Amino acid sequence: MPANDSDIVSEFLAESYENLDRLDRELVSLEKDPQNRDSLAGVFRTIHTIKGTCGFLGFGKLEKVAHAGENLLSLLRDGRLNLTPEITTVLLGMVDAIRQILAEIKTTGLEGDADYSGLLERLKLLQSSGAKPDAPPASPSAAPPPPVAPPIIEAKEVEKAVIQPAAKSEAPPAATGTASSETIRVGVNLLDNLMTLVGELVLARNQLLQYSNLVENASLQAVSQRLNLIATELQGEVMKTRMQPIGNIWNQFPRTVRDVALGCGKEVAIEMEGKETELDKTIIEAIKDPLTHLVRNAVDHGIELPEVRVKAGKPRTGRLLLRAFHQGGQVNIEISDDGGGLNRDRIKQKAVERGLLSPDQAARMADRETYNLIFLPGFSTAEKVTNVSGRGVGMDVVKTNVEKIGGTVDVQSTPGHGSTVRVKIPLTLAIIPALVVTCAGDRYAIPQVSLLELVRLEAEQAKTKIELVHGAPVYRLRERLLPLAYLRHELDVKPKDGAEAAGAINIVVLQADGRPFGLIVDTINDTEEIVVKPLSKQIKGIKTFAGASIMGDGSVALILDVLGVAQRANIIGETHDRELEEAVTGTGPQVSQKSSFLLFTGPDEAHMAVPLDTLARLEEIPASQVERSGTRWVAQYRGQILPLVNLAFALEERRSRRRHKKFFAAGAENARLQILVCNYKGQRVGVMVEQIVDIVEDSAEVRYPASRAGVLYSAVVQGQVTELIDIPAILEGSGIEAFQDERAAEVIQ
Amino acid sequence: MAQKLQFCTFYLDGLLFGVKLTDVQEVIRFLEVTRVPLSSGVVSGLINLRGQIVTAIDLRKRLDIAPRPGEAQPMNVVVRSENCAVSLLVDQIGDVVEVEEDSFEPPPETLRGMVRTVILGVHKLDDRLLHVLDTEKACQVAETSEVAAIQT
Repeated sequence: MPANDSDIVSEFLAESYENLDRLDRELVSLEKDPQNRDSLAGVFRTIHTIKGTCGFLGFGKLEKVAHAGENLLSLLRDGRLNLTPEITTVLLGMVDAIRQILAEIKTTGLEGDADYSGLLERLKLLQSSGAKPDAPPASPSAAPPPPVAPPIIEAKEVEKAVIQPAAKSEAPPAATGTASSETIRVGVNLLDNLMTLVGELVLARNQLLQYSNLVENASLQAVSQRLNLIATELQGEVMKTRMQPIGNIWNQFPRTVRDVALGCGKEVAIEMEGKETELDKTIIEAIKDPLTHLVRNAVDHGIELPEVRVKAGKPRTGRLLLRAFHQGGQVNIEISDDGGGLNRDRIKQKAVERGLLSPDQAARMADRETYNLIFLPGFSTAEKVTNVSGRGVGMDVVKTNVEKIGGTVDVQSTPGHGSTVRVKIPLTLAIIPALVVTCAGDRYAIPQVSLLELVRLEAEQAKTKIELVHGAPVYRLRERLLPLAYLRHELDVKPKDGAEAAGAINIVVLQADGRPFGLIVDTINDTEEIVVKPLSKQIKGIKTFAGASIMGDGSVALILDVLGVAQRANIIGETHDRELEEAVTGTGPQVSQKSSFLLFTGPDEAHMAVPLDTLARLEEIPASQVERSGTRWVAQYRGQILPLVNLAFALEERRSRRRHKKFFAAGAENARLQILVCNYKGQRVGVMVEQIVDIVEDSAEVRYPASRAGVLYSAVVQGQVTELIDIPAILEGSGIEAFQDERAAEVIQ
Repeated sequence: MAQKLQFCTFYLDGLLFGVKLTDVQEVIRFLEVTRVPLSSGVVSGLINLRGQIVTAIDLRKRLDIAPRPGEAQPMNVVVRSENCAVSLLVDQIGDVVEVEEDSFEPPPETLRGMVRTVILGVHKLDDRLLHVLDTEKACQVAETSEVAAIQT
């Protein structure tokens, strides 16, 4: 009697998948704490529910498997049997079998004709053999190697089709089924459609805003402003629906770790921090496989055998720590083990054997670079190929997959104390900030994650500042040669109208695979939040594009894949060698001790600087745009109001407390003001300076105490005594906080 | 009685072509096309179809027909191919034509080259021939030079 009510069946499937995921976790935790009656009862209940429902729906085979498992579990629950790793393995095998049948039901509606008699046999056998009351107490650590598990085919990832409610691993098992009123199941398709629609709404909104600014109509403007607010909020909320806690994929790791550890005779405890860290659904899916691989690797390679650990004075049980946290608009995921660490010498030896390094280079290579060699294709130091790892594929695949979604991987290791792999990935792929540039009449978007800085060379400078190394263009950026690529050449495009843009040169300094390079474009337009759309299959093969997006005016712009562009321009191949060279000559680390400063002239032509990382952007605005709001000076900036502070007054006001009638000096009404946009207390504030000079990298080692308030210290930067301005201190004295109330009041109106 | 078939027809260089009506999502006037550098010449570019980004394929190029005269603006026949919308750029839109199934004939042996894979055959109308296109094949684009370059 196959069930024909598909709604009930799909409900049953979704519910069962969730239950099974919990079962995996519970069984593994139960193994560690076999006496925990509560979790045992929870496991029993879950299996019982599945059995009951499938009996009701007429899935006889499924019922039989669940029933056999239930029998075994009931013995365990009643204390007539002790949980051994062997029993756990068979029970996990049962969970897999149930998954497999469920997958079959999902695709065909029937239970399929796989044969589970072997598994049933084993379940029965354990029942009878272990049922003796005098069964030896199981000690998991001393357990004999487990028997070969019944053949298990991994169930397909069907769970993806359903957004799971928030992680509830902490909740007692009994709570399920009752807490369902606060969450509802929604198909992912629906969410994707919602996202698309919101994207369209945002575009329509942008067009309406443009139009309403042209038409002098107060009520239209009021309505469009309101629409603007609502659309922005809606966009934010819809984005949130796509966010899932990383715990959703981590939850399967205890099981993975257990299986791998058991397979290679190790003891590993897994710990997780930051399970609730949320990521976009598409990213969660994309990092699942790389993370699984890293976890398996850590157990198989990282953590040593118990005897080795004991000899080394470490606890028998290895520790695997997964951490996830937000940092700077990115999500960091760390996988640390307390194993033996990476073997530096063996990595070097392998690299030399494979011809990746010369023995000489290897000898002088820094540790960090050495460790990161493991991400090169075909690189594996495993002495024997196990079924888990050692085949020489893997780490490079991890790296490629993570980079595909705009992330980075890095490994650190301390011999004898373990290694940590750190994966950094963006929060979302759906909407990203990007720099929009023009090349040969077309606009292209460059994801801002890869953007380092922008350099503009005026016509005269351009002739001399761009030099050639045997034909390859380079630019001296802070005394280092920056390889250059012309976007126009790389894309092989000619201007539509045939006009050749002459004069100034715009260099977009980008980072690909950790190496900077300059991309020369015709015009730099602006930064914009863009909605990323995938490319169709007809053009998917082109590595230089990561996707496409619709701009505010409704036209389509391609999104550049920085890695692809760099590869096409041969930047990556060359610089890989350079990286090695630098590592051996030791020039690399020195640079990192320097910090970047923005040099500018302050009042009375004083040389001043600020650390670059305190700045958000640099802007030039016409003096006519400065408006007065209450006692403050402001300018309209990117749809918001930017409070302005004149650095000259700020430094002076500390002494005189004088109020100024004008924001800028008399006679400067037509000038263009140079503004440093800083982040301060959650808002942006503009600090006006006389003239922005340059961005330099300097260690600023020669220092002298500050002579006045608002200055951190004086230092020699680029051979010039320069005052380092303390931006927070300057803003502290200018009463910016009061400003937020005014802003809030405006919004309410 | 023979089965009736419906085709959405259009013109390319004076020839009458048709795709199965059920494959067609919509027909729209010219839209601004964003070119895709490094793509196969057959890809005309990307268009914004109400917030959806759709690849436009120049059917003239796909079928080895001489390029469209400079000032003429093509029309978009948006078809569904493998669940994705693809726009076929054509010179001019014709009617929806209903034909008898048995008026169909495969292309003559003398039709050679890659065009043969795209043109399924012709329906003999009273006054002219209706070239029937394989929608899936028409939307297929040969490996681009870029892909080939990277693979070598």
